[in-house]
Amino acid sequence: MIFQSQAGASGAALYDAHCAVCHGENGKGGVGVPLSLPSFLAGADDDYFRKTIRLGRPGRVMPAFDQLSEDEVSAIIAHIRGWSEHEPVVFSSTWQAKGDVTHGGLLYQQYCAACHGKHGEGGSGTGVTFSRPRDLPIIAPALNNSGFQAAASDQMIRQTLMHGREGTPMGSFLEQGLSQQDIDDVIRYIRSFGGEQPEHKPGRSDDAVLVVESSSSFEDTVEALRQTIVGENFRLIREQSLDKGLVAEGHENSKQHIIYFCNFSFLNKVLAIDPRVGMFLPCRVTVVEHEGKVLLMTINPLRLSQLFNNAELDKYCKEMLQLYEGLLEEASL
Amino acid sequence: MKRIMLVCLWWLGIACASPVSAEDLFMARSNQSFPETMLALQQAIREQGYTIARVQRVDIGLTTMGYQTDKYRIVFFGKPEEVKQLTAAYPRLIPYLPQKISLYAEGEQTIVFTANPAVFKTMYSEDGLTPVLDRWERDLRAIIGAVNKLD
Repeated sequence: MIFQSQAGASGAALYDAHCAVCHGENGKGGVGVPLSLPSFLAGADDDYFRKTIRLGRPGRVMPAFDQLSEDEVSAIIAHIRGWSEHEPVVFSSTWQAKGDVTHGGLLYQQYCAACHGKHGEGGSGTGVTFSRPRDLPIIAPALNNSGFQAAASDQMIRQTLMHGREGTPMGSFLEQGLSQQDIDDVIRYIRSFGGEQPEHKPGRSDDAVLVVESSSSFEDTVEALRQTIVGENFRLIREQSLDKGLVAEGHENSKQHIIYFCNFSFLNKVLAIDPRVGMFLPCRVTVVEHEGKVLLMTINPLRLSQLFNNAELDKYCKEMLQLYEGLLEEASL
Repeated sequence: MKRIMLVCLWWLGIACASPVSAEDLFMARSNQSFPETMLALQQAIREQGYTIARVQRVDIGLTTMGYQTDKYRIVFFGKPEEVKQLTAAYPRLIPYLPQKISLYAEGEQTIVFTANPAVFKTMYSEDGLTPVLDRWERDLRAIIGAVNKLD
């Protein structure tokens, strides 16, 4: 569980409290990427971990843990280091690769873009859960992410490009015939992504709920909603009063009527983007009679999406918002 | 879309200033299997005085439609009298009621998660809701905390 800072706790306890739920208790990955991969631990220095914990990855699920003290961050890093027999590597944070950004761009598109994206946007989905087979446990990092750009030093990127990451699809560029200068050119190109990433601000200016007043009676509105949902190729999965299961049968408030529905293809896609979308599920609209008005109400998925720090999910939430708006509009006529 | 009542944007300034926080979500990793965790979760919910309304079997729907998935369920719960009062006094809460906690299998372990009710403070301005959301937050910390301790 993600709790507030726990001064004095051991690295294991802190890892368990803040990291294990996503990265797995032994760092094998889950919603978060695997951390215990030996080649990763051998190729990432403490500064990379420290900045990653502090800054997170805006729009890429990993939140910023700015509530932890320096000692707590160090304790977590030490715990993660315990999974490897390698001595921690130390990279210079000031050394900068010198290279030709144009040539680096050509090489990047040839060797890197297939996995890391044309603009460094990274692979799709979250860590491993629901997103990919568990025997392919690495999502290609978003190299254009401001968190990555801040956390990874040029030396660390160079080391990764030169030697690859054993156990992942990331191969050695040296073995693929690139020279050290070619690699430095690629680093310069990766650095050129730096200022291009738009700030991640999902749905913050949207209301929490969508509400439309119907011009029809309660019963007619329920029927119109039903027809609209089916007309939009959703499958009706359940209808009930809001308090069904909470109050004795026969005592439900029939003027708070929920219609649940689903597009399973859409759901399957979104689960691969972030398995925690259960918070949005199932799709639902509630028809309510309140103070003489008939209202159609539902959540605003774009407003909720801000909880997830997942820019990819935001796109689907925008789509869902438009669908909800269309449903409410049509069913209320 | 003109008829959609985007009710008020009073919180716009606050929301724009708030970063994505690890505390927005309550998540737990149970070392027990999915069925055992489901039982423990429901027990923990009841111990906080809530009634289980129903369980949505997301995985059954997906597999019926031909998609592969691990076990994935959503538990809906509430306090009957509280739900009645809240929906009457604060109808804008209706789309988020009853409360819910989701869980899915991850190998031999189970992930349990829900939104921190505190996030709703930035979504709702209504007087009187803050104590309710504070209590929900305490209750959910206890529920998720109980599941997180399962070994």
